[in-house]
Amino acid sequence: MEIRVAHLYPAYLNIYADRGNIAVFERRAAARGHQLVVTPVTLDVPPLDGTHDLFYIGGGQDREQAMIAPDLAERGEAIRAAVDGGAALLAVCGGYQLLGRGYRARDGSWMPGAALFPHETVAGEQRMIGDVLLESALPEAVGATIAGFENHAGRTLLDEGAAPLGRVVAGYGNDGASGYEGVRVARAIGTYLHGPLLPRNPWLADLLLSWAIAHATGDDPAPLAPLDDDLEREAHAVAASRARSRGGRPA
Amino acid sequence: MSERAGDVGTLGRMSARLALETSAARLVGRLSRAAGRGGGTTLPGKLVWKLDPGALDQLAGRLTQGVALVSATNGKTTTTAMAASILSPTRNLAWNHSGANLASGVASTMLSVRDAELGLLEVDEFALPEIMRRTRPRVVCLGNLFRDQLDRYGELEHIAERWRTAVSALPADAALVANADDPLVAALADGRAHVLRFGIDDPARARGGLQHASDSKYCVRCGAPYVFDAAYVGHLGAYRCESCGHARPELDVAAREIDPDGLDGVSFSLDAPAGTARVRLPVPGLYNVYNALAAASLAFALGVELGDVAAGLERFRAAFGRFERFTAGDRNVLLLLIKNPAGANEAISTLEDGGVPPTLVIALNDEIADGRDVSWIWDVDFEPLLERGLELTEPGAELAILPTYTAMLRLRAIATQRGLTRPYWES
Repeated sequence: MEIRVAHLYPAYLNIYADRGNIAVFERRAAARGHQLVVTPVTLDVPPLDGTHDLFYIGGGQDREQAMIAPDLAERGEAIRAAVDGGAALLAVCGGYQLLGRGYRARDGSWMPGAALFPHETVAGEQRMIGDVLLESALPEAVGATIAGFENHAGRTLLDEGAAPLGRVVAGYGNDGASGYEGVRVARAIGTYLHGPLLPRNPWLADLLLSWAIAHATGDDPAPLAPLDDDLEREAHAVAASRARSRGGRPA
Repeated sequence: MSERAGDVGTLGRMSARLALETSAARLVGRLSRAAGRGGGTTLPGKLVWKLDPGALDQLAGRLTQGVALVSATNGKTTTTAMAASILSPTRNLAWNHSGANLASGVASTMLSVRDAELGLLEVDEFALPEIMRRTRPRVVCLGNLFRDQLDRYGELEHIAERWRTAVSALPADAALVANADDPLVAALADGRAHVLRFGIDDPARARGGLQHASDSKYCVRCGAPYVFDAAYVGHLGAYRCESCGHARPELDVAAREIDPDGLDGVSFSLDAPAGTARVRLPVPGLYNVYNALAAASLAFALGVELGDVAAGLERFRAAFGRFERFTAGDRNVLLLLIKNPAGANEAISTLEDGGVPPTLVIALNDEIADGRDVSWIWDVDFEPLLERGLELTEPGAELAILPTYTAMLRLRAIATQRGLTRPYWES
């Protein structure tokens, strides 16, 4: 089966090895006999017409993020409609911030976002940098762990009652204070974790893929056939122990 | 004791306080080496830096020919070593050849060379503004800006902004040497009187398009995507903006008619204001041509003749871990530092052009000096190395490949393209 992926602004948002996440989606889909058809989405084109099963948006440097932010905000309605319609979405770092209501820069200026996620981000003085370990807060994977690397100055403040991706075991998380990281809305996940995120957290890749497949077929999400993930488990274990021994500490 | 007395004598104009700090710091350096804790490269400087950051100003002030600084994301150690090769026959240099390029390393270097006339210092990108302020350089040579260790340096634009502020505070009589082929770096020289702009002008050597993790793809003035008539190393090349007309400035110092010689070196015509010289550089790669152009321009800014510049470049030997060769019995080892996507891509391109060695080890650490965030390794284009595998296999021998799934698909696609296998849907 074809899984139609919209990769948002790959020429602008391409730091932190984002193509590694796409490569993992491709490989894990192929191992189950599915093919990823990735469409790069850039300024103005193509329109998001509801045909995509999975959206991916990564992080960029400040200048590039500012260049795409107005276009992304304009696409907010289409993205919200797609997620309402059951499409899966993964947003990392800058993409995670830009899919919230907006970003308050240090000079007080406000950059509106796509308003998919129930949060706002404010620029902080201190960058939060280091390895991170989370315990999943997703009902589909209670207690599973997520390991990654964070590097952000923005502090993302979730609305009251919003569902985080996980509880911070080690590291800073959304704002360095709440003890939570990321956000989840329907089949959309936002997070600061990169490194890239998915190679060392294969279960999360599979969960997102199962959502994308469910969108494509119209069926309920079903668990995917397990793969031999020995290397991935080892990568996860190394990253998790890095986070435990030297991840940032919430304030 | 005699050494300490000598210090005070040679330092002459130095304050008693600095003289005392200097002696103490040198003693620490000797103790550090004696204790087997490395070369003692930064410890004396760290001590002086802790005791009195102003000591750096005074140490720089006693260099009779002043200070030349080199900074860049990639190539600063090699560029500085090339400049040293040009300058060392005629000048006593305070040169931080071990790559200790923070304020403490710079202070150590100036402490350790007693009769130095000229400070030739590579400087960390982040430390550049403060070291510029304290050493009041005659020449500042800025090579390139690539994304590098985002966890340590922050984003590219942040470093560029720090450089802009530092350059605008530079006195008008100081010379700025700038890479015209890097839009962010070239823009730093706009409006300055005393500038040498260098770059490559040889479209036949251009790479086929920008690499995955290229930086500075968008116009520094208006933000529209640049058109690259030639990209030589990462985003370095001949760029122009079709929207606002911003383009690479005229080159004062250029490399033309570049002729690679495998992994042994590269020849090029060095076009300078004073004339043209054919140079045979004994290290390969277009990135080393950029390093040579930076070093040559720095030397021109100091008044060195073209012939001496060319001779100095031809004498150059690879710096510390950067295309460094050594032997283990009857086998050769080649050591090629990689530290960010642009540098790693260039190392791979150079190996590809010059013949990929049959055995290659890629070693990735995540210590603080490497950058703790190692995700950049995913942004390197390693694929060309795989394609050379077959050419390296002896006739009659077998090349075994253990690919992961998508790697297998891609390898098969390459093989099918070359007519070696049938497409899977026909088998």
